Amino acid sequence: MTGYKTVFGSLDSFEKGRIEIIDDDPKHYAFSNVFEVASKSKAYEKVAVALNQQYVLEVIRAEGESGWYVCDHDETVLCMDGEVRVEFVKPDETIHKVGTDGSQSVAGVPSGNPMGNVLLRRGHQALLPKHSAYRYSATKTSVLLQQTILGPLTKQRWASICLS
Amino acid sequence: MSTTETTVKSGPANEHGYKSFELGGFQFRRDEFFVHVTWPTGTHLISVDVFLRALQRDCAWNFFYGTVNFDDVIGTINHYGNVDLFAGRFNEAYRTAELDHLENFPSEEIGGTFRAMLDDWTNAGFDPFASPAETDAPWGVKNGDNTKAVTRQRVAANRMVGVKGDERIRSDESGYPINRMFADVPQDEPEVHVEPGYESEIAAFNLFAYLSRSDVTWNPSVVSVVKESLYCPTTEEYILPIVHGNDRVEWFIQLSDFISWDVQDRDSGSPRAKVIMKAGDVAAMPADIRHQGYSPKRSMLLVWENNSADLPALIASGKAPTYPVNF
Ligand SMILES: [Fe+2]
Repeated sequence: MTGYKTVFGSLDSFEKGRIEIIDDDPKHYAFSNVFEVASKSKAYEKVAVALNQQYVLEVIRAEGESGWYVCDHDETVLCMDGEVRVEFVKPDETIHKVGTDGSQSVAGVPSGNPMGNVLLRRGHQALLPKHSAYRYSATKTSVLLQQTILGPLTKQRWASICLS
Repeated sequence: MSTTETTVKSGPANEHGYKSFELGGFQFRRDEFFVHVTWPTGTHLISVDVFLRALQRDCAWNFFYGTVNFDDVIGTINHYGNVDLFAGRFNEAYRTAELDHLENFPSEEIGGTFRAMLDDWTNAGFDPFASPAETDAPWGVKNGDNTKAVTRQRVAANRMVGVKGDERIRSDESGYPINRMFADVPQDEPEVHVEPGYESEIAAFNLFAYLSRSDVTWNPSVVSVVKESLYCPTTEEYILPIVHGNDRVEWFIQLSDFISWDVQDRDSGSPRAKVIMKAGDVAAMPADIRHQGYSPKRSMLLVWENNSADLPALIASGKAPTYPVNF
C-alpha cells in the first residue's frame, strides 16, 4: 500500500496557504479560505469569495434551517464540509423577480408542489434549478459554496477575508 | 477527409518515421528526443515530452483562454475564431532583439495542423494527458499511435454533471477507475429524492468522487454552468505542461491537497508572486499574468472561468481592471 492521503479542509481543520510577493500587490489575488470565511460568518450569510464581473461564488455557513430562496437563473451548490439537506418546491405562481440576478429571498413558505430533496455531504454538488424555491437545513454546522450571480443577498467584505 | 484536414500541410515521414508540418512561415519536425521549430528569424528545440503535453492541451481546449505558452518561446494566443502562433512574442530578449515572430491563422487551419501533428508524433503507450508517473515515455523512432488518448472528448456539461440528459457521472463500469492517489476519497453519492415530474431538475452528484476518477491531469473541464460562469475542475499532478497567459481574470479554488503557482508578468515573464494554495483556499489570477502550477501529490483544483466573449476586449482596452476586486 502506498497510502496516499488526500487532504480536504473542514471547519475544524484547515490550513491556509499564502502568497510570496516578488513584485506585485497581494490584494490583486483576493486570497481567502472558504473554511476561514465560514468560521467567521453568521448562519446563511452569503459571503462572496470570488467575483468575476457579475458572476460570484459565495461561501455559506449552513446551520439550522435557512429561509426560502428562489432565483431567475440556475445556480449550483457544493458542500465543502458537513451535511446539508436541500428541499425544493415548484411555486404555484411566479415568485421570483424576473430579470433580477442572484438568489432572492422568499417571504414565508412558498406554496407549491414539493419537487424533492437532496442530502449533500462533503464533495457533493447539487443543481438549484431556476424558478424553483429551495431552502437548506443542517443539523451540524456545515460549509457550502454557491455558484451564482451577484445579487441582493451577496455580502462583499473583501478587506476582512483577503490577504493584504 | 474533411475540409479541416485538407488544409494541413505535411511532408513525408523522415528517417525517424515522423511527418513534418508547416503553418505559414513556421515549420515543425520531430526526431527521437526533440521538436525542431523554425520561423523566418529563428530556430528552437523543445523536448518532445514538453511539446506533446502542451500541444495536447492546446488541441483539446481549442486554444483555451488567452495565451498558451509551450515554453518561454513558442505558443498560441486565442482570438476565438482565429489564433496567433508565435515565437518569442512574450520573451523580453527576443522582443528587444526583434527576433520574435507571429502569424495569425483561422482556428480550423491551425487546429487541424496541430491535431494531425499530435496524432502523428504520439507513439503507442504515451498519453500526453496522463501524469508522467502513469504513462510510457514519448522518446524514440515512430512506434504506432495513441489516437484514442489524443482525441478524448473534453467534458462539457450544459447545466451540471448528473442532470438527466447531461454529462454522466464516472464509475468503474464506464471506464473510470479511482486514481491511485485518490484511493481514500469517499465514493458515496448524495441521497436524491425526486417527486414524479421533476427528474430533469432535481440532481446532485459527488464532485470529489467524480474527480477522483479522472484519468487526465491539468485538463479543466466544464461540470456546471450558470450562464457564462463555468466550473472547470481538474486534477493536477506534477507540473502544468503549459504556462497559461490570461486574457481575463480567472479564479482557483483548491479543493484538496496543495499546489504552488509561479506567477509572472504575462508580457515580459518577470516573476511577480508565488501563490501557495491549500485545501479551501481561493485565489484570483489577474488578467495580466502568466502562471504555471506545481502539484506534488495529485490534487483537485476548481478552475472558475467567466466565459463571456466581451471580456478580452474590455480588459485589453482598460475598461475592465486586470484584477477582480478593489478593497
Ligand atoms: Fe490558467
